[in-house]
Amino acid sequence: VVERPRQKSIVLILSRELSSKLATAAFVTDEHGELVYFNEAAEELLGRPFSETAALAPDEWGDLFSVQSLEGTPVPFEEMPAGIARAERRPAHGELCITGGDGVRHRIAVTALPLFAHADELVGILSVFWPSPRG
Amino acid sequence: LEAIVWGCRGSLASPGAATVRYGGNTSCVEVRLDDGTVLVLDAGTGVRELGRTLVGHDGPIHVLLTHMHLDHVEGLVFFAPFWEPGAELHFWGPRSPLHTLEERISRYLSPPLFPLQVADSPAQLHFHDVPTGPWRIGSATIRAGEVLHPGPTVGYRIEEGAASLAYIPDHEPALGLDADIEAVSPDWLPGYDVAAGVTVLFHDAQLTVEEYDARVGWGHSSVDAAVAFAKSAGAERLVLFHHDPMRGDDDVERLAAHAQSLWPGENGSAPRPAYEGMRLSLP
Repeated sequence: VVERPRQKSIVLILSRELSSKLATAAFVTDEHGELVYFNEAAEELLGRPFSETAALAPDEWGDLFSVQSLEGTPVPFEEMPAGIARAERRPAHGELCITGGDGVRHRIAVTALPLFAHADELVGILSVFWPSPRG
Repeated sequence: LEAIVWGCRGSLASPGAATVRYGGNTSCVEVRLDDGTVLVLDAGTGVRELGRTLVGHDGPIHVLLTHMHLDHVEGLVFFAPFWEPGAELHFWGPRSPLHTLEERISRYLSPPLFPLQVADSPAQLHFHDVPTGPWRIGSATIRAGEVLHPGPTVGYRIEEGAASLAYIPDHEPALGLDADIEAVSPDWLPGYDVAAGVTVLFHDAQLTVEEYDARVGWGHSSVDAAVAFAKSAGAERLVLFHHDPMRGDDDVERLAAHAQSLWPGENGSAPRPAYEGMRLSLP
């Protein structure tokens, strides 16, 4: 038996291709919350190129960046827009602070969209984010 | 497992003197399993001739539809078993995000597009949205995988013993890629699950590279992309499928020669263009 990698959902593949063409920072996770892609605009905020990043489970995101509330307290994945979108299967929006691999802290606004291939099939989350106008 | 091509033209049936060698009927491939089960891959105009051979067929007939574009379903109501009392037909195909396969076929099979409706068929009709995982039909294991083409579209993988066949008549794996198809890792390559390591891959090869540049997003592949996809997926053999309706036989042969220059293969395994009547027996 030949072990082969499994192909990802077409919706996830298209989301990555779309994100790769966007000038807005975008961040794609799979249905488990594993980070599978972020685009060039996100690289500027995260301080690290995607090509140097392996797929990361939510509890490993800290290897790449840290997330704080506007008050400076750590924000767990479940309370981030992406975590809310995944758990509650609805779009979610919020403002956060992130500190990327370059040590620079950014205040950002994030909108996370659950990606449904079918009404009952969540395949991932697409998060777009940009520097907060109030930041 | 034996595959017989009844139609390999893309987009529009194209009969005429210029297409007699490769044929003008739209997509339809019959697959005979070792246990006698009949699979019909798509119901383009080629299914009309196939239907004549299946009148009185003993046992269910499984029609596997890749998508609902007309060139893949327009022969359905001219498929003789569809009007045969007692015939048992199973239709498999992709659901849309909101509608079942049956609802979507019924939309085509209704006025004003067609005078009759699904309910007018005296046959036993069964509609199945393709499962997300593999399933069994007869002596084969089938897998449907979504591919890149406008609207819900799948390719099919059929495995029986050591033989495997992938059928992806409409597919644009190059869409949006900044890199060559062969540089894409398999898990991010659309259609990979369907085609990985198959004995034979039937794949969209409708366009030239130059034509593709003017038709990005239309859901089809250049011959070059078809070859690159087949190589990336590790297919042993490639059959060029879904010939452009504007292409005559000589043009198809020129494209096939180009494909063979890209992938010479060994022991006769170079890409070949599909033609009506083509038979492939897979051990």
